Amino acid sequence: MSALLAVNAVTKRFGGLVAVDNASIEVAQGSITGLIGPNGAGKTTLFTVIAGFEPATSGSVAFEGRDITALPTHQRASAGIARTFQIVQPFAGLSVRENIAVGAFLRHPARANALAKADAIGHQVGLGAMLDQSASQLTVAGRKRLELARALATEPKLLLLDEVLAGLNPSEIRDMMPVVQAIRAGGVAILIVEHVMQAVMSLCDSVYVLAQGRIIAAGAPGEVARDPRVIEAYLGHGAAARMQAQAAGDAHA
Amino acid sequence: MKEQPYLPILVVVAGLALLPLGLSSNTVLNFLSFAMIITLAAQGWNILGGYGGQFSFGHAVFFGTGAYGMALLQVRFGVNPWLALPLAMGLGAVVGFAIGYLSFRARLRGSYFALVTLAFAEVFRISANAWGFTGGAAGVLVPLRLDPANMQFADKRIGFWLALGFVAAVLALTLAITRSRFGAQLVAVRENEEAARALGVDALAVKLKAITLSGAITAAAGCLYTQKFLYLDASLAYGPWISVEALLAPIIGGVGTVFGPLVGAIVLLGLGEVTKIVFANLMGGSVPGVDLVVFGILLIICVAYAPRGVLGLVQGWFRRKAPA
Repeated sequence: MSALLAVNAVTKRFGGLVAVDNASIEVAQGSITGLIGPNGAGKTTLFTVIAGFEPATSGSVAFEGRDITALPTHQRASAGIARTFQIVQPFAGLSVRENIAVGAFLRHPARANALAKADAIGHQVGLGAMLDQSASQLTVAGRKRLELARALATEPKLLLLDEVLAGLNPSEIRDMMPVVQAIRAGGVAILIVEHVMQAVMSLCDSVYVLAQGRIIAAGAPGEVARDPRVIEAYLGHGAAARMQAQAAGDAHA
Repeated sequence: MKEQPYLPILVVVAGLALLPLGLSSNTVLNFLSFAMIITLAAQGWNILGGYGGQFSFGHAVFFGTGAYGMALLQVRFGVNPWLALPLAMGLGAVVGFAIGYLSFRARLRGSYFALVTLAFAEVFRISANAWGFTGGAAGVLVPLRLDPANMQFADKRIGFWLALGFVAAVLALTLAITRSRFGAQLVAVRENEEAARALGVDALAVKLKAITLSGAITAAAGCLYTQKFLYLDASLAYGPWISVEALLAPIIGGVGTVFGPLVGAIVLLGLGEVTKIVFANLMGGSVPGVDLVVFGILLIICVAYAPRGVLGLVQGWFRRKAPA
């Protein structure tokens, strides 16, 4: 079976800066795929290209075997791609329920159905008690959940999660992980950008590592974490060799 | 109990409809009719500006198009006013769509959009003032023929009820919008356009729909203005005064609310009248433009102390009285 999402040799330039350089990734149906890399590697830029907020300079994006490179954002959402924002973007003047309903209206034109759907999603992500609150009153953790809820309410086939765990404390992260796992269990494939390694390791089936715009490694999370190129990308040139030498030295002593 | 969302509209409209029965003063009737016309113009602004967050400084362009359309269709083409009115509203919608298409496709937002609408209104004003077809600087006079078939009423109360009927319809329409998918998407675009697009909202289509509807409604206000005064010139139809009142009324009443424009129009025009009378007595003669000073002060007070308008103040007051 072909991949749900296939990004083929995408390059994104901003003037002279190459933010994403010839990157190709695939997300399989029903999988959780991680996209990791040091700050400024181009992860969020790649997300904006996949979601259609920025056109790719070159390369193509295919979804369910269909080329969507030229499709505007809102049509990609209709096709089944939903994203969250790294910097949360709530509709601050609206209640939590109304926020989620905007997403739900995509597939449910009737108000009663959209609101019922919003309630159900709200409970699913743990916002059940706050549905009538204003979105501006939510905590950081609450806003991250709201991002997730709105995206889920569009009933996507592919969910792009941009650092939904960033800024949360360890207990909030523990609360959030089962929510993400339950979404996958519901049949939604997830592409996740994340810095919280513990989460990446336990959630993802496979991981791509982006550094300076290039994909430098791909594979199962455990393998990728031992890859010398990945360690160097995070810790600097020669770090892998030093670590090996140190490990060897420790073994001798 | 079943939800009755339209009940408040029914109560308010019925209350307003009964007002002229007890009053026969021409001054009061004129005031009420004019307040309804301004409410209509303001309600048009409110759909685009209040719900959609696209602040227009030039709603005169729609008001004037409706007013001129109504007058010229009658005078130049002999169209019956009852037919001319929907046609002129259609013209307002077309102008709305055209301005929206040009400015929203160019991604104009915020103060840039406001400036462009202001510029459009000025272009229309200057053109109407120069063009022979629109009567140039002399304006257009609609012949007086008091006959209901001619939408001119000997009984001023009927003119008021007609305007009130439009206000009632637009109040109901506005409420229906707030409860619809279009309304939810419109508000989402106002709050955060990027996030709305990520949720599948076609922001351009939503804004175009809003400005088209807004243009038609504000044009209807222009039509009623023409039928009430039977005279137009460029600075009445396309002048900044109506752009200002169309946006001040919702801001004072409560921006992005169903009743805001109605409350705001009555408060605004009421205070304007009171000021004129008070100053006329103090100065021993009328002081033209003194009501505009009051409007300016009101706007400053509203922005500083009551960003949600009169309705917001009243709501806040009730909440403090009865904490939930």
